Amino acid sequence: MNWITITTYLPLLGAVALLLHGMFWSGKREQERLDNEYRWLTLIITLVTFAASIPILLAFNSAQAGPQMVVKQSWITSFGVSYHTGVDGLSIWLVLLTTFLMPISILASWHVGKRVREYMIFLLILETGMLGVFVALDMFLFYLFFEITLIPMYFLIGVWGGERRIYAAVKFFIYTVVGSLLMLVAIIAVYYLNGGTTFDIVEITNNFAAHRNTLMSVPVQRMLWFAFALAFLIKVPLWPLHTWLPDAHVEAPTAGSIILAGVLLKMGTYGLMRFNLPLFPEISREAAPIVMTLAVIGIIYGALVAMVQPDMKKLVAYSSVSHLGFVVLGIFSFTELGLQGALYQMLAHGISTGALFYCVGIVYERRHTRLIAEYGGLATPMPQYSTIFIIVSLASLGLPLLNGFIGEFLILIGTFTATVPYAKLFAVLAGLGVILSAVYLLWMLQRVLFGEITNKENAELEDLDKRDLFGLVPLVILALVMGVQPMRFLNATQATISKLEQQVRNPKEVKAQQLRAAK
Amino acid sequence: MLKWITLAPLVGAILNGFLGKRLGERFVSIVAPASVFVSFVLAALSFSGLLSKTPDADGVRRVTEVWFTWLNVGTFRADFGYLVDPLSGIYILFITFVGFLIHVYATGYMKGDPGFYRFFTYLNLFMFMMLTLVLADNLLLLFVGWEGVGLCSYLLIGYYIKKKEAGDAAKKAFIANRVGDLSYSVGLFLIFATFGSISFVAKGDVASFLSQASTTTTVAAFTFTLIALLLFGGATGKSAQIPLFVWLPDAMAGPTPVSALIHAATMVTAGVYLIARCSAVVVKSPTAMLVIALIGAATAIFAASIGLAQNDIKKVLAYSTVSQLGYMFLACGVGAFGAAIFHVMTHAFFKALLFLGSGSVIHGMHHEQDMRYMGNLKKYMKVTWVTMMIGWLAISGFPLLSGFFSKDEILWKTYSTEVFPAGTGTLLWFVAALTALMTAIYMTRMMVMTFWGEERYDGSPEIHGHGHDDHGHGHDDHGSHGHGHHGHFTPHESPLSMVLPLVILAALSVAGGWVGIPAAMGGSNHFEHFLEPSLAHAQPAAAHGAADAHGATGATTAAAASHGAATHDTSLELGLTGVSVILGFLGIAIGWFIFKKNPLKDMPDVLENKWYVDEVYEDAIINPIENTSRNVLWKIVDVKWIDGYVNALAGSFGALAGILRTTQTGFARSYAAVILAGAVVVIGYFISVLAR
Repeated sequence: MNWITITTYLPLLGAVALLLHGMFWSGKREQERLDNEYRWLTLIITLVTFAASIPILLAFNSAQAGPQMVVKQSWITSFGVSYHTGVDGLSIWLVLLTTFLMPISILASWHVGKRVREYMIFLLILETGMLGVFVALDMFLFYLFFEITLIPMYFLIGVWGGERRIYAAVKFFIYTVVGSLLMLVAIIAVYYLNGGTTFDIVEITNNFAAHRNTLMSVPVQRMLWFAFALAFLIKVPLWPLHTWLPDAHVEAPTAGSIILAGVLLKMGTYGLMRFNLPLFPEISREAAPIVMTLAVIGIIYGALVAMVQPDMKKLVAYSSVSHLGFVVLGIFSFTELGLQGALYQMLAHGISTGALFYCVGIVYERRHTRLIAEYGGLATPMPQYSTIFIIVSLASLGLPLLNGFIGEFLILIGTFTATVPYAKLFAVLAGLGVILSAVYLLWMLQRVLFGEITNKENAELEDLDKRDLFGLVPLVILALVMGVQPMRFLNATQATISKLEQQVRNPKEVKAQQLRAAK
Repeated sequence: MLKWITLAPLVGAILNGFLGKRLGERFVSIVAPASVFVSFVLAALSFSGLLSKTPDADGVRRVTEVWFTWLNVGTFRADFGYLVDPLSGIYILFITFVGFLIHVYATGYMKGDPGFYRFFTYLNLFMFMMLTLVLADNLLLLFVGWEGVGLCSYLLIGYYIKKKEAGDAAKKAFIANRVGDLSYSVGLFLIFATFGSISFVAKGDVASFLSQASTTTTVAAFTFTLIALLLFGGATGKSAQIPLFVWLPDAMAGPTPVSALIHAATMVTAGVYLIARCSAVVVKSPTAMLVIALIGAATAIFAASIGLAQNDIKKVLAYSTVSQLGYMFLACGVGAFGAAIFHVMTHAFFKALLFLGSGSVIHGMHHEQDMRYMGNLKKYMKVTWVTMMIGWLAISGFPLLSGFFSKDEILWKTYSTEVFPAGTGTLLWFVAALTALMTAIYMTRMMVMTFWGEERYDGSPEIHGHGHDDHGHGHDDHGSHGHGHHGHFTPHESPLSMVLPLVILAALSVAGGWVGIPAAMGGSNHFEHFLEPSLAHAQPAAAHGAADAHGATGATTAAAASHGAATHDTSLELGLTGVSVILGFLGIAIGWFIFKKNPLKDMPDVLENKWYVDEVYEDAIINPIENTSRNVLWKIVDVKWIDGYVNALAGSFGALAGILRTTQTGFARSYAAVILAGAVVVIGYFISVLAR
């Protein structure tokens, strides 16, 4: 049995188990006890899933650029659909990130008291969906998983969300569906243009690389590129397609926010690297100045708007807009540094923003408000909480020796050395985002943690309990390890990234470089 | 071994952070200074190792060590690698030694503070970061230390977490530094893009960017200017120069040992270190050097003018630090990097002394910092008084004290610089000499207000009125001194752990300059000769034309510079020294006669209010950005425009659906009719196709 397959479907199996447990073995136990059983069961399932994903990492061969541990079965033969999965440098860490964040979000949702069984089932289905997206090597399969993630997320926001949950859930759904429907059209078009025999991503990418321009005209390529890009850029989200994100985050339960920021957004940036760049390198290069401009606007704009948010969760949500702007910038720099940085930033953001949402969730759980003005002076009653909150904020604002720095630095230096027009300018402007991230995060910390306690209700707040520590400490440790030992992570992605970099490299520049080298 | 110089205090920080709360003050009081002392011993050993090393091919003695490769992507490489050469060797020596003294002092100063272990965790962490900064063998690891000391500075300025002004000051410091850090980062990017290396030493077959810079002939002069100015931009943040100096005076909200260690002796001189470290690049651009010299001189005199009018004893010293840092950059700008580093070192001694002395005063005055409520402390605090007098005379340029030699060296090098067109050096010298005069005046004012004159303790809101509980950092020991808050107040001398470091620093403030006595005064200037190989030489202005045209090589410039040095006019140098001695005495005399008689003399408002720079920044930059973000970007662009369009689009689909819904009547017969009509159309289509 393939470890990827096991990892992917364990959560789904778990969801089925929960379903059966509720139907047949619930007996006459009290609801509260049952709920606890659901929580523990889900936690165990997600932990086992995480454990099952470790062998994937251990077996991963860093030197190989293409997919590994591949499973390939023909599935719907009449349409050339196959069940094709595997991991490469692009997906390996995202798979691990997903399985790692999942138990943490279960811990973060321990206090959810409403329909616990359904809640956990949706989270588990979501996990299978996300893992499927990252391991799928068939466009049809990819699309299937991509869409599957929508449904549980929709319900998580819509049922377990805050006051405006319905509005937020519908907005989230419609935004993303618009994008993904266009992508579906594009996938079908790619399928036919490629000869109508296969949906296999690897085969199509190879065939496109050789015969792209004989298979289709440039305007058609542009349309297809745009259809893919729109779906992914909404997901990221790139400015100005971002307005679903703050609403979804604010209304989503804590686990929803952790998963959303930690993993779901990365499906967008992952898609760009999996589809747009290798399938349509010329168009990607053509579009780069525009995409980079939007990314830079998003970096600065997201940071500025984050700065003035009165609601902590909204602040973190806008900071995601800013941070994901960096990822897009790195991707469209088409340099090894920038691409590696983008991948790294995806992981780092998953860790530190997940932790930030966790931290916000902890005080929300105690005070039922997320308004910054309601807090102040928490460092006195909650010293452990404050320490961790400060560390994850520093990670998020890109302090060296913590994870955020490596990604941002690689992206900026990659962008600076890119050959895209105005690349240097983009790098400098994006650097402003680094300054602003310090502004909004430190300002929030000051208003929430420092100063005198102005609100009596905060004076007696409990510090972290064991469960919170189990959830947060691994994130803090990982943030530190990723900051000090980045090569442990980057080595695994190097081969795939450098292949991707060659795929999108401008042939004219290559020639020019060779000429220069020859001189 | 080099990595352990940095790691020893990190171990201290970890021990204090995790165990300090449980094991208590005694444990922390031992671990924290001891870990720094280990660093000092290791630093001294490395330094002596350096002395016995034979120089590399380029004439520089180096000890290097690579711990592990931190980041290596494509051709980019940054190691956790360390470098000791004369420049960093001197730095680690005085950092660890002064750092150790300040740690000892702080165990006395912070006694009884509820956050004792937290304080020393941060302070140890700071030492780790500062030593990483100085020992780094590349610009990125240097940047780790650079931002790391910024973080520790943030944590320590905001140490009294309940005080709002401390939080504000901490945040301001971090953000002002981040502005500079962006400049630094872009400089680093440009260096990498230009040379393909960011290391100070060769890595594999890639030469260090410094040696590439001094030998290259293909890099445009403009690129060098840009790189030098970007790095200097970073330095203006860390070392508090115009326009980013505003954070340093506010940083005095932190505990006084922090001000002494971080905001006087070590961290703030990191900018000077950076410029000296990258001198090979800086000397390639006369334009950049001129900018550095001008900003340095302007900062020096500007901050000195503010220092004249401050009433908070620590604020006087803070502006004095900004001013002295200006001197150091002036020295860098005129190409006298060695003189700059010399002044960094002597300044570390006498300014740490002055700050620790002020801390002793504040400690004895029950946290009163306002000199208007002091006076006649010489009666109560003999050791503090005598040691601070030495610091005062040293910074004022009293002959043969440490500050005299280093300051005089800068003044002379400024006057005699050949980097700029004729006259520029004289002008810069004039500004620097005027600053020296002002320095003597404001330092005399500070001393007079604090130690002489009448006792003005009764007006102090700190001593009377309320206790220390409001600060959340009351010192346990105060209760036991037996002078209650209502009776007559008597200041007290500080404990041994505090006065001993004062005495040692006083000795260094006297003798620390003797390693660099210039040849003109019969010395041999060991200090600069020792440093010389690791610093670049600026080319005289006359050579610029040739350099711009052909890209003169480092070798010829070095030759030209040493030639210039050999023939300089000894009598002129001595004459100028005389002038600066006279200026120092004049300043002391002016200060003495004005403020001895009238210590509370009103000073000009504009100076007392620091030329309103904070207000201008607030109104011109911070508020507009915040208001635009809130009222335009968020409330209009995001909510009204983008969301408005999205919702309108969704609404229009809703309306369309509303129209289409009318076709869904729910009557089976109308559906049947539609099906029939559809079937007719489809069949009709096929028939028409088939019939063709």
